[in-house]
Amino acid sequence: MNEARLAVRSLAATRGPATLFRELSFELAAGEIAAVRGPNGSGKTTLLRCVAGLTRPDHGEIQRSGALLFSGHLPGIKDDFNAEENLCVALRMRGLQPGEAAIHGALARVGLESRRRVPARRLSAGQRRRITLARLALDDAKLWILDEPLAALDADGEAVLGQLLARHLESGGLALVATHHDLPLARAAREIRLQP
Amino acid sequence: MSGLAWAFSRDLTLAWRHPGEAMLTLAFFVLVASLFPLGIGADPQLLARVGPGVIWVCALLAAFLGLPSLFASDHADGTLEQMALSADPIAAWVSGKIAAHWLSTGLPLTLLSPLLGLQYGLPADALVTLGAALLLGTPVLSLLGAACAALTLGARGGGMLLALLALPLFVPVLVFGAGAAEATAAGLSASPHLSLLGAGLLVAAVSVPFAVGSAIRIALD
Repeated sequence: MNEARLAVRSLAATRGPATLFRELSFELAAGEIAAVRGPNGSGKTTLLRCVAGLTRPDHGEIQRSGALLFSGHLPGIKDDFNAEENLCVALRMRGLQPGEAAIHGALARVGLESRRRVPARRLSAGQRRRITLARLALDDAKLWILDEPLAALDADGEAVLGQLLARHLESGGLALVATHHDLPLARAAREIRLQP
Repeated sequence: MSGLAWAFSRDLTLAWRHPGEAMLTLAFFVLVASLFPLGIGADPQLLARVGPGVIWVCALLAAFLGLPSLFASDHADGTLEQMALSADPIAAWVSGKIAAHWLSTGLPLTLLSPLLGLQYGLPADALVTLGAALLLGTPVLSLLGAACAALTLGARGGGMLLALLALPLFVPVLVFGAGAAEATAAGLSASPHLSLLGAGLLVAAVSVPFAVGSAIRIALD
């Protein structure tokens, strides 16, 4: 299998009349993580959506190899499904069909074992975020694009995300993370700074 | 094909969890179709004459009711983004969603229509034609409606805009659908009407999912 890689060259994007960023270039190789930082409205989400292929940039080029997992502001969790079903549906969309044991294991790992049959509408914001974490635990995508993954998570949830990120990077994955917080990682992430 | 399968089973499960929405569509259909005899009088000949047209207009409006939420709720909670990023082609899962939508709204309307036809005193052969025409016509309504629903995603006042877009597009389906039952009632063959409805269904089934896919990509941009 090819090594996962992400290359962004002279990317530019605008939102209405405002230019968010121009001539933005960076590269990530296997095992690397980059934190996208900048004040509100500086284009972090737009950059992530461009890299994921959801938003078309005004200029520039993005080269990706390897499957992609995007976790945006909106978690894509259905209120009427419980944690287990939400997880199953999300994974089936990615073409994965994990067994019941794997699903249970992942939900136990993020601390949702006892609440896995509860409809998502009765889960708190942090617990819903944890369903997304369980997705990270089961998905084999090499490129993770995470938008504010620490929002609504408590210290324990941050630790789980840290473990997942560390394992992902060790296995040759790469990650692009937009966040205002410090990432729960032993080593420092590369920084991509966006100016307003 | 896997995209079609997961979207279909997911949407059908969601519809099953909320039977209220499908029931509302059906209740609307039955209520409006039952109001007409009260409004225009109980002359049996008149009712048999207008029956197919009235039932078709009611079915068309009822089928329209569920359209605004077809993509909007998935768009609002971020599921549409995840679907767009899935490994399956966008047209595949869009087809799955539309098929699930038809199964939870269009099919019940079709099954109920002979009952309403009896209310209007339609002869037995006209009832059969009415059912057949709805069976061919309601999927076209779901497909055309889905294209309009995708186009109005994210637009303010989307519901009203959707009505303005979709209802004129439904006109050919209404003309041929109601025409089929009327032809049978007049002693003519309904097959030209049904053939045209079938042809429309084939064209829509092949082309609409791609149009919906492009519209969703634009809405997500």
